[in-house]
Amino acid sequence: MLAGVAILSASLGGCINIAAPDEPIVIELNINIRQEVIYRLAEDAANTIDENADIF
Amino acid sequence: MGEMTVRNSILAGFASLAAIGLVATPVLAQRDPAYAAARSAGKVGEQADGYLGIVGAADPALQRLVDDINIKRRAVYAEKAKENNATLEAYALTAGCQAVARTTPGEKYRAPDGSWQTRTDAAPIRDPRCP
Repeated sequence: MLAGVAILSASLGGCINIAAPDEPIVIELNINIRQEVIYRLAEDAANTIDENADIF
Repeated sequence: MGEMTVRNSILAGFASLAAIGLVATPVLAQRDPAYAAARSAGKVGEQADGYLGIVGAADPALQRLVDDINIKRRAVYAEKAKENNATLEAYALTAGCQAVARTTPGEKYRAPDGSWQTRTDAAPIRDPRCP
């Protein structure tokens, strides 16, 4: 697989084209929510989903 | 007048008993058939923010169904966030991590870039902060 990619890149003269996306990438989620908070809440949130299976 | 008051208080008693019964009963209800159908058809999907989203064109019935579920989810998130001294958004995002992870192959979920994805056997694309 890697060798194939290497051969392919070599055959294309080593050019890598990266096209910019047409639309801006929108990140809506609040970046101020820290990972440790999510880890702390994870177990409770899993139980909440189990207990409210009708709306999840 | 006196009889009316007695009757009213009896009715109120029944009402509060019913309310207590409702709260004490564990909620193990299953998905509404319309919701289950919309999920399997890929018309609705799980979003990283913890809420349900409409994948394609929204019709009024589908919009109502999704709004109804999201209002209920928000109420649950608010209560649980308070219990855990967390913000509503943090709790919702945590639930979103789980809800996306729990989608089954064929169901839709929204990747962090906003695009709708169809769940495969592989792990879904989630927010990097997800456990």
